[in-house]
Amino acid sequence: MRSYLDFEKPVAELEAKVEELRALAQSGDAVAIGEEIGRLEAKAARALDELYAALTPWQKALVARHPQRPHFIDYCAALIDDFTPLAGDRKFGEDEAIVGGFGRFRGESVCVIGQEKGSNTEERIRHNFGMAKPEGYRKAVRLMELAGRFSLPVITFVDTAGAYPGINAEERGQAEAIARSTEACLALPCPSVSVIIGEGGSGGAIALATTNKVLMLEHSIYSVISPEGAASILWRDSSRAQDAATGMKITAQDLLKFGVIDAIIAEPSGGAHRDAAQAIAATGDAIAAGFQDLAGLPPDDIRNRRADKFLAIGRRL
Amino acid sequence: MNWISDVVRPKIKTLFKREVPENLWIKCPDTGQMVFHKDVEANLYVIPGSNYHLRMTATNRLKAMFDEARWEAIPTPEVAIDPLKFRDEKRYVDRLRDAKAKTGMQDAVLVGVGEVEGQKTTIAVQDFEFMGGSLGMAAGEAIITGLDTARSRGTPFVLFVSSGGARMQEGILSLMQMPRTTVAVQRLRDAKLPYIVVLTNPTTGGVTASYAMLGDVHIAEPGALIGFAGPRVIEQTIREKLPPGFQRSEYLKDHGMVDMVVHRHDLKATIARLNGIMMRTPAVPAAEAKDEPEPEAPALEAAAE
Repeated sequence: MRSYLDFEKPVAELEAKVEELRALAQSGDAVAIGEEIGRLEAKAARALDELYAALTPWQKALVARHPQRPHFIDYCAALIDDFTPLAGDRKFGEDEAIVGGFGRFRGESVCVIGQEKGSNTEERIRHNFGMAKPEGYRKAVRLMELAGRFSLPVITFVDTAGAYPGINAEERGQAEAIARSTEACLALPCPSVSVIIGEGGSGGAIALATTNKVLMLEHSIYSVISPEGAASILWRDSSRAQDAATGMKITAQDLLKFGVIDAIIAEPSGGAHRDAAQAIAATGDAIAAGFQDLAGLPPDDIRNRRADKFLAIGRRL
Repeated sequence: MNWISDVVRPKIKTLFKREVPENLWIKCPDTGQMVFHKDVEANLYVIPGSNYHLRMTATNRLKAMFDEARWEAIPTPEVAIDPLKFRDEKRYVDRLRDAKAKTGMQDAVLVGVGEVEGQKTTIAVQDFEFMGGSLGMAAGEAIITGLDTARSRGTPFVLFVSSGGARMQEGILSLMQMPRTTVAVQRLRDAKLPYIVVLTNPTTGGVTASYAMLGDVHIAEPGALIGFAGPRVIEQTIREKLPPGFQRSEYLKDHGMVDMVVHRHDLKATIARLNGIMMRTPAVPAAEAKDEPEPEAPALEAAAE
């Protein structure tokens, strides 16, 4: 069962009509129905294309959070062979908001780390809705250190509303854990590529996204604070989230223009949730291209390029 | 529509507005006691009696830290102004202009090089009065400048932090200051120069989650609010009241996030001592220190009686 976002209503209506006609055709009525179905399908596809070509930043936020959007686990299953998850930060606990481990990407040994939101109630609770606690970031640090030691390129998948804001996270040093994770990203002696597949939520995202190449899916968002959070602070009115989304420039297209990300990965018509396989395949190609650019560089160059790339951000606006 | 109330009355109000001298008396936020402002100033903005640490401006902080209140101001790079063309209830450029007028600063961070108990030191101060000390491109560049200055001059780096977090009006470019400043911290670390962070009230958000938690030594002023998520955000998430003392300096020390909580009066001596040891500067021999004329003062006083 496909779930529609509010703004997709015109498409939803057309597609519902197509379904109705299909049912009618199956009951064996008229030949002309087939033609009508084709016509309506084309119309629905056109409407979808037009809608998605002109998404507002707020609509993109909704698409980025779409419950049926492919998550880290889907990317990992399709792109990584021999994926072997590793658990725990060796200090306090295991946090499944961040999943990570070793595997092979197109034959090459890699380390993979990603934020997972979960796709049903049970999973969402297990993964804490993709909002990591300090132990999640400390596990990421541990994995990045292992990756460095074994010269494994690192792929990270970012999809979080933000780091978990709670008492237990604070008492275990959420801020320090994020800072150390960002630092571990920068210290990596091997190539790293991150992909923002849904929501890139603030410090919780940057902790995994300080990589040589930063890629974003076409309808993903990446922001210093959620549009709702910015609206409630700056406008004192969380219903102004749409204005905040527009004002803060959170789309992949804006971020490419500002030089904050390196490339945009095209999504299938109607968003990644309409054709997950296609979106994931395109992501695989983009990751491979990212690594291609870094192939054969000595560790110091890899580190320096990464550092210089981030230092350069904002200096030529 | 009432033209009298809408148009005329405000004008009359401004006409008869009396100039009231402000800020002569300062109310302690903790105990409510009223203290004369000169007494507070003379006490490094600590309320005498309650020991409540008020916020200090960046300039006053540098004055209090450097010997003879003298330092070389290090210029910080200019950055693109309002690249997002942001406006909420007000335009960001107007907010910036107001903050500059209010503080006399170009942005939230000042950098200076001078001597702290004779030891050459680079100090950067984040001023909460400038848009909540928020971390935007200008503040990020200033902190990088501070770290780089310390590195090029071979001095320790001391950073006084005070910030509500990222400057939302600069969007993602503000978030990028977290990795950017971290690069500069790593480079200082590679140069084996000390980096002391002094956490002052308040320090939250992306600032805490980057350079503020990457010091070699973390010092907190008493009672400062320090955390990642702000207390209000946490309360909304967990829907319960926070325990007393939560996210305060003493709580952070109990949870292993800061090395020490130090009274403002003792900050300079503590920082000088730490940097002296980390830089392996020879200690001033005890005999030499005692030669100073200071101890004679009470004797003179006694003689005058």
